[in-house]
Amino acid sequence: MTAGGPGAEPGVASPPVALRTEGLCKRWGVVYVNDRIDLTLPVGARHALIGPNGAGKTTLVNLLTGLYPPTAGRVLLGDTDVTKLAMHERVKRGLVRTFQINTLFPGLTVLESVVLAICERTGAARRWARSVARLDAPIAEAAALLDRLGLGSAAHTVTRNLPYGKQRLLEIALALALQPKVLLLDEPASGIPAGDSTEVFEVIAALPGDVTVLFIEHDMELVFRFAQRVAVLVDGRLLTEGTPAEIAADPRVRDVYLGETASEKLG
Amino acid sequence: MTGRGGAIGAGLPSDRWRIWDAALWLAPVAAYFVFPDHLVLGSQVIIAALFALSLDVVLGYAGITSLGHAAFFGLGAYTAGLLAAHGWGEPLTGLACAAVVAAVVGYLTSFLVVRGSALAQLMITLGVDLLLREAANKAARWTGGTDGLSDLPVGDLLGVFHFDLAGRTGYVYSLAVAFAAFVLVRRVVSSPFGLSLRAIREGAARMPALGAPVGRRLVAAFTFGAALAGIAGALLTQTSQGVALEVFGTERSASVLIMLVLGGTGRLYGAFLGAGLFMLMQDYLARLDPVYWQLWIGCLLVAVVLLGRGGVLGIAEVLRARWTRGSVP
Repeated sequence: MTAGGPGAEPGVASPPVALRTEGLCKRWGVVYVNDRIDLTLPVGARHALIGPNGAGKTTLVNLLTGLYPPTAGRVLLGDTDVTKLAMHERVKRGLVRTFQINTLFPGLTVLESVVLAICERTGAARRWARSVARLDAPIAEAAALLDRLGLGSAAHTVTRNLPYGKQRLLEIALALALQPKVLLLDEPASGIPAGDSTEVFEVIAALPGDVTVLFIEHDMELVFRFAQRVAVLVDGRLLTEGTPAEIAADPRVRDVYLGETASEKLG
Repeated sequence: MTGRGGAIGAGLPSDRWRIWDAALWLAPVAAYFVFPDHLVLGSQVIIAALFALSLDVVLGYAGITSLGHAAFFGLGAYTAGLLAAHGWGEPLTGLACAAVVAAVVGYLTSFLVVRGSALAQLMITLGVDLLLREAANKAARWTGGTDGLSDLPVGDLLGVFHFDLAGRTGYVYSLAVAFAAFVLVRRVVSSPFGLSLRAIREGAARMPALGAPVGRRLVAAFTFGAALAGIAGALLTQTSQGVALEVFGTERSASVLIMLVLGGTGRLYGAFLGAGLFMLMQDYLARLDPVYWQLWIGCLLVAVVLLGRGGVLGIAEVLRARWTRGSVP
């Protein structure tokens, strides 16, 4: 597996592709924050995206979700070119993300936020003829999701009064409520106490097998535990991609990123 | 946690009627019998409340800043006025036409409004209002210019009730229309659509990531608010049998904003409470202190805004929360 390669392995019967980028570039001024990125996520992938600070990981997620347009290149969701679609239209097609920094609705309760996300998914959020309290199915679905994430007891708490760690969980709950086909998680466990971050990843690992997941994470232990494949981004370029073992063994990755501690850990 | 099926929804937006809803709506009904000599003022209060309610949809729920909401009030007022002047004095259809005209113009201008920042929204709404006012002024052949239209032949309500000088018909008519509008608005703001408006107000940046078309929702909210403002304007024309340029006045846009902030934004009843407080105080203070009455209203507004967010209702909520917490050991 070489850097910048097309990703799919010819000759091998590979699973269908969930998300693919072709030569994706983003230039701010004269700096290429993302440079010719070709990334392929097969359906059901559990991919980690790692790289030092400023490598362009969040920018890549922003390009994938359509927060801003790429300078060049394409984003394909399944067989569809979604490069020109607005963020909300990509979400409608199943491309969902979380944010590195909580971007929630401070004045809404936890339950209201999740019910809203469900209503956005089903299209009920355009309707005005019935009050929210009478939407039994979305409410039950939201309650079950909150219980699964350990937020059940905080259902009626106003988001701004929620502890930071719980807000991170709500961030994930909102994404899961949308029933994503491809889920992009930007440092989902940042700010969560070390012990609880495993729980977050266990929820993600327990997602149905046809959900494709790409997550950015700094904690290498979590990366090697939950990722099937790891992509390494350095200075806006895809340095290499492989299984956790391959990445841990790659001397270039050790040089630029992992450092001694991690390689010791991996023996 | 088991067996909570129905209970979990208890805190969610609902438009179910509670006892105090009925009590609040009985107050204006009682006022009809208790103050038969003040029904003209009463219907003006109700019309102002309906206008403030329409701004609450736009500002309180959707978070769109408007300093030109009188544009739609004025459009409704002139639509009803022109219809009556040209021989169509039937009030209910006049009201419907006013709503449609205000909604169409609201829809068209909303595309300019919803994309901008709060300051841009302020300026664009203000500008639209000034343009319409000037248009009404220049079209003197139809609108009467600065003289406005007076002695309009407004037909009997439902073909039975004549708009009398004491304002009885006007009062009941205004109250009925305001009540119907309130029921509709309450349904809308407690619906998933209303929840999405609040979410846009709270975190517009997050909404596209939930798959929500933010622009389209705001357009819908602005159009709805404009239609309601048009109805309020038409009510004023019909109950007073006249219309003048001041319906487009910036002062009207500003005072409706004051009413809403005074009563509390995003709370529906804030519009009614604020309009009542503002208009009654205006009436009372203007008699008490004809020169400086605005000073006292200004002081009250500053005090309410400083004391707590959410106007009078916001303060009441805080006090109630404190009281219930204090009484439960």
